[in-house]
Amino acid sequence: MQSDYSLPHTEEPRVPISAVKRDPAFSALDRRSFLMCAMSAGAAGSIHQLARPLKAMPVWNNEQKQDDAQFTVEAQFYQKLPNKKVKCKLCPRECAVGDRERGYCGVRENRNGTYYSLVHSRVCAAHVDPIEKKPLFHYLPGTMAFSLATAGCNVNCKFCQNWNISQARPEQAPAQYVPPKRVAELAVQYRCPTIAYTYSEPVVFSEFLMDAADAGHEAGIRSIVVSNGYMQEEALRAAYGKMDAVKIDLKSFSESYYRNVVTGQLKPVLDSIVTLRKLDKWTEIVYLVVPTLNDSDVEFRGLARWVKQNVGADVPLHFTQFHPDYLLKNLPITPIPTLERARDIALAEGLHYVYIGNVPGHPAENTYCPQCRRMLVERVGLEIRQMLIHKGECPFCKHTIPGVWHV
Amino acid sequence: MRNERTASRRDFLRNCLAGAVGLAVADQPVALDAAEPVTSLGKSRVVIAQDAQMRGAGTGVDGGRVLSLLDHAMQRLFNARDPIQPWIRMVRPGQMVAVKVNTLGGRGLSTNVQLVEAICERLQAAGIRAQDIVIWDRDSAELERAGFRVRTGASQVQCFGTDRVGFEEDLVSYGSVGSRLSKILTQRCDVLINVPVLKDHDGAGVSIALKNMYGVIHNPNKYHPNGCDPYVADVNMLPEIRSRLRLHICDATTACFEGGPAFKPQFAWQQNALIISQDPVALDTIGWQTIERKRAEKGLKTLAAEDRTPRYIATAADADHQLGTNDPRRIELVETRGS
Ligand code: SF4
Repeated sequence: MQSDYSLPHTEEPRVPISAVKRDPAFSALDRRSFLMCAMSAGAAGSIHQLARPLKAMPVWNNEQKQDDAQFTVEAQFYQKLPNKKVKCKLCPRECAVGDRERGYCGVRENRNGTYYSLVHSRVCAAHVDPIEKKPLFHYLPGTMAFSLATAGCNVNCKFCQNWNISQARPEQAPAQYVPPKRVAELAVQYRCPTIAYTYSEPVVFSEFLMDAADAGHEAGIRSIVVSNGYMQEEALRAAYGKMDAVKIDLKSFSESYYRNVVTGQLKPVLDSIVTLRKLDKWTEIVYLVVPTLNDSDVEFRGLARWVKQNVGADVPLHFTQFHPDYLLKNLPITPIPTLERARDIALAEGLHYVYIGNVPGHPAENTYCPQCRRMLVERVGLEIRQMLIHKGECPFCKHTIPGVWHV
Repeated sequence: MRNERTASRRDFLRNCLAGAVGLAVADQPVALDAAEPVTSLGKSRVVIAQDAQMRGAGTGVDGGRVLSLLDHAMQRLFNARDPIQPWIRMVRPGQMVAVKVNTLGGRGLSTNVQLVEAICERLQAAGIRAQDIVIWDRDSAELERAGFRVRTGASQVQCFGTDRVGFEEDLVSYGSVGSRLSKILTQRCDVLINVPVLKDHDGAGVSIALKNMYGVIHNPNKYHPNGCDPYVADVNMLPEIRSRLRLHICDATTACFEGGPAFKPQFAWQQNALIISQDPVALDTIGWQTIERKRAEKGLKTLAAEDRTPRYIATAADADHQLGTNDPRRIELVETRGS
């Protein structure tokens, strides 16, 4: 679960969202509606009114019923067990789910021994965002991504900024029916070269993601995913194999942090990053630095060494600033010197592209040539001020700068 | 609920209640402000009341006998001389009372409708207005599948799921748990009566009184790892829940010893009993023993042997939680038979 819509430096989309709002089939997914979606489970008004005659009752949107058939498809990655149980094979949690129960993520339900995803085409959040907001810095910089989410997540990070949708069940996050073809059409309509699966945790809506990616590719639109990477290899290959670029939130370099703060495991995430590189997917890594919990020199050094040894020095690594939220409100914002220390360590270990995120205007938002040290891409917040990379090279020393720079 | 009764049932109830209401008015006992377990020498009392004739010749439960069994059990739990007195000790006129049922198991294994009708009848006899009572679970469709009729009209007992009203926007947290609470609990309830079902649970071991509170929070799916330990205990510690809970009436008319929480007919049995306590930990301890006895009778392994010990019960009793006792020496078990 990452946090790219509610960061302090969030900007209005460059393609005016009012244009999205005007689209009749998408009218409820403007920015305001999105935020309402995120909060709506608590927005039904006082229920004292329920004892009054029906006409005075607040109207609850019946379209959001959890058994709404249009959002329900059989899950792709699971195994049937005796006594109508199933075992989910989508993420390493491998939930064993009894009849009429749901897995940990809350968006998959066992019905009579068959496992279903309840979130296909069930879009509870959508925006047109700069791709830098994901953040992807080496992939089509300066372009917009048609970004969407469904409810649900397969971990429970104590710092989650989107917990209103990530930790909600589908029926608690009012959504629109936006089937894959419509997603692709909207991306075309708003001149977005990419569809981004983001905000909550795309692992848990893999079936929808795969279908939307296929529809997008048919329409000439690429797909990118912002994910925790906590996924089984077979599912990862099938689902993220359809992606054109991936951003992984590597939340820490310690198992105990994953266990206590994330409610997950580190090892499968590292495995996923390696697999993605083997699949030749453009991959960037984000590490949210949480004061006192994952900000030691040892951890930064261990992380940088692992990245270099396992996926290479050219994989961009972003150290981003934590803001108190959800269940971690007792910690301060990450001090900028901490982020700078992390970056210094990673650079000293030999990584080529190390960024500082969520600190608009910091020079470490820019891309520098690892050979001649000249600035190649100047960023301020989510905005590109200068883009000097030409044909994938530094214009000054001709060093190859890895990434996908042009549509 | 009340409109569904037949004339004969109404007559029966009227007869049962006639004297009791008068007594209540005359006595005016002080209502409890919070769960105050009735104890004997510092023990938590748990009453198991059984009626082998509960179903008569059919498979359905006889509403009149359920009411009678409920009265019997409540009087034993509270040492009360009439059926209404215990309720008057728990609720005051003007309060809103929420009856939290469990409807996950559909018609086969959900809180019995007749039992809930009987509880509502007694609450009204204790002075609670019909419209101030709400029967609820997480989802209205599940309530209907379990045989309840969703009702929101004026001057009648309310019955609907949290899906109708949503959850509070703000998180509440205790220990490992951070959740949003059903607005039925926070806005529509001064007194909470918990009416779970006696069930085996594939992940948690058993699902009885403590675990039924998962139906109050928006994210129960997050709290099933590790056999729901310590999550069940932590959910029950949330002040909004703990301060409202007065009574646990476990429906063991039909119970389940294996394959829960969903209904699987081959693993269900008719215990024809109610298990009542103000101490949910003591109740769960006794309920767990009941399920283990049935498992042994059926030749099944213990829950411990299946690595499904409901450890959360001990956690609920520990020094950090103190939600009740799981120590058999501190539980006063009263077993009684209804007529
Ligand atoms: S995807 Fe969801 S149901 Fe499947 S194993 Fe992961 S948390 Fe469990």
